[in-house]
Amino acid sequence: MHPAFLGLITIVIGVGGCLAYYFSSNWVLDNVLYPAKGPQAGRNINRANMIRPWLFLLPALLALTIYLAYPVFETLRLSLTDRDADGAFVGLDNYRQMFGESKFWEAMRNNMLWLIFVPAMSTMFGLMVAQLTDRIKWGNVAKSLIFMPMAISFVGAAVIWKLVYDARPEGTEQIGVLNAIYVWFSGGAPQQWLTIPIWNNFFLMAVLIWIQTGFAMVILSAALRGIPEETIEAAIVDGANPWQIFFKIKVPQIKSTIMVVWTTITLVVLKVFDLVFAMTNGQWETQVLANYMFNQLFVTRDWGVGSASAMIIMLLVTPILIWNVRNARKEMR
Amino acid sequence: MDNIAGTKSTLTWAVHISVAFLVALWLFPTVGLFVSSFRTADQIATSGWWNSLFPSEQNLTLRSAAPDTQTLIDGLYVIEGDLFEEKDVEISVWGISSRAIADYTAGQTAELKKGGRVTVTADGLYRMENEEPFTGSRGTRIFVTATAPPEFTTENYANMLLDPKNIDGMANAFFNTLTVTIPATIIPIVVAAFAAYALAWMDFPGRALLIAFVVGLLVVPLQLALIPLLKLHLATGIGKGYLGTWMAHTGFGLPLAIYLLRNYMVGLPRDIIENARVDGATEFQIFTKIILPLSFPALASFAIFQFLWTWNDLLVAKVFLIDSTGQTTVMTAQIVELLGTRGGNWEILATAAFVSIAVPLAVFFAMQKYLVRGLLAGSVK
Repeated sequence: MHPAFLGLITIVIGVGGCLAYYFSSNWVLDNVLYPAKGPQAGRNINRANMIRPWLFLLPALLALTIYLAYPVFETLRLSLTDRDADGAFVGLDNYRQMFGESKFWEAMRNNMLWLIFVPAMSTMFGLMVAQLTDRIKWGNVAKSLIFMPMAISFVGAAVIWKLVYDARPEGTEQIGVLNAIYVWFSGGAPQQWLTIPIWNNFFLMAVLIWIQTGFAMVILSAALRGIPEETIEAAIVDGANPWQIFFKIKVPQIKSTIMVVWTTITLVVLKVFDLVFAMTNGQWETQVLANYMFNQLFVTRDWGVGSASAMIIMLLVTPILIWNVRNARKEMR
Repeated sequence: MDNIAGTKSTLTWAVHISVAFLVALWLFPTVGLFVSSFRTADQIATSGWWNSLFPSEQNLTLRSAAPDTQTLIDGLYVIEGDLFEEKDVEISVWGISSRAIADYTAGQTAELKKGGRVTVTADGLYRMENEEPFTGSRGTRIFVTATAPPEFTTENYANMLLDPKNIDGMANAFFNTLTVTIPATIIPIVVAAFAAYALAWMDFPGRALLIAFVVGLLVVPLQLALIPLLKLHLATGIGKGYLGTWMAHTGFGLPLAIYLLRNYMVGLPRDIIENARVDGATEFQIFTKIILPLSFPALASFAIFQFLWTWNDLLVAKVFLIDSTGQTTVMTAQIVELLGTRGGNWEILATAAFVSIAVPLAVFFAMQKYLVRGLLAGSVK
């Protein structure tokens, strides 16, 4: 059978099954269990209304519990057990083993570099573009083009940038733009950019910055527009120059938005996997935590250490998690 | 800021130029790959893609027609033809020896060593004349330096998409990606819409706690879920396949979906819902007839997020979908595979990447408004 046809059937069954649950469960509730007629109509309606929220919520709660909440605890358990010894409890042995590996510390160091540079540069570029495009006529077109990499997959971006970083043997024409420029200006030999330790991390980061700047720009641009005009007019009347208006009037007013952008990009950075996996796979000292974990889980097949490194990622996002929940609760009051 | 005397014009120019520069910088890498996907392997390997946009000067070795095509006209043996078969090329200089490829300019006539003369004009037409018949089995070699216009081909796409025998082909992976993406986008929307309505407009004990639960799960890295869920899928018989992948994508997408939709639904006017309740509409009717249509912008926002995320995903597919047969590989996984096996074949890589990028880009430009709206609702809260 043609793959497209087969796919279509699977799609119809999957989506149909999901819709069928909601319709049929509601029908059963209203017509079989507690019909809104007969001598007990009033009581039935009340009972049905007590049950209905849980009918609506059940699939979502099940999915959330099984696919996100349960794995957190299961991963914690796995990180404390040894798969080869039939899942025997081994305490912190996996963590001890992980802390003894130089690859782990390399991943930690690189992740810290990523955590510092990617959110900072993306936010900075985003703010810059948002401010610059604010008052020009073709600003929206410019923004839309800078925003575009958001739609491109990390894998696609990896291919795009591998071409940029491509190196041909010395003496032949360079087809990677970075080497073409480098050879043109320095006259030196073309470089294999992705194999130069430490610096190659920055070449990888550039790709994520390229992707995330659009996100930062969209959010910050909306925030800039939300600034009350009076504050800016007052500053102009007082003789502030454009730089002062930007840094002393505008930026302080959108501080909280900058924080949100920063933390959102931080979350992306902590989980960055595809990019490193596709471009260097952690070779030449470019390992990061998420890729280290993937290697432990599916290449070395050491679930204990793999889970331990996953717990490290969880530990790093926990402050953001707490901050988010607190903010959400504050808003609801 | 616009009305500060004396600073306006120079500043405006600086702004225009710096924005143009940034846009060019941001577009350049993507355009490079796009242009490369329309070039032949030879062209990509020998010149930077930026050169392909302009007419380029090339040194070519060409051959005239073979002597058996000669005709006898007025006592002269003549071979005529077009070196470039009607391509739009301009010859500047040419030669008949590999050691002197620039001896003649266009329109000049050269004496052939074996006897006879040859004339080559700028547009590639040549005429060979001789009093004796031309001998030999092959035509004579002509070396030209010519300026050729940019030349592109769609052959790469035909190879990657339409050739069923190409093991590197993307057609199968394309359908697999679609099969993953469509349900993995629709199912979480349906599930989240019902849950969001319950969390926004139904009263029941524990509601606030559930909302906090959802917000907390927003940031849980899906890396944690890989092994426990793979174990679960294998133990329950779901195994590796589409069903497990849809469920995983649903689970991972739900927190954001519920969060976005609930925030939007809470903002809908209370009067509408209460009027409907008074008029005797059931909760199910209120939800399907009133809330869902009104929530369209939020639904669209999340649909785009989830679509982009599942279409571009590599990790979930690698762990939950792709088994050892490789029949269910998705495009991202296929491209990573190609990066490993076809590292230098840019015509293959560029085309494969663009096949996978094209759909999200189209969605992006068509529905950017909703994407922006969703981003704003999802983070500035």
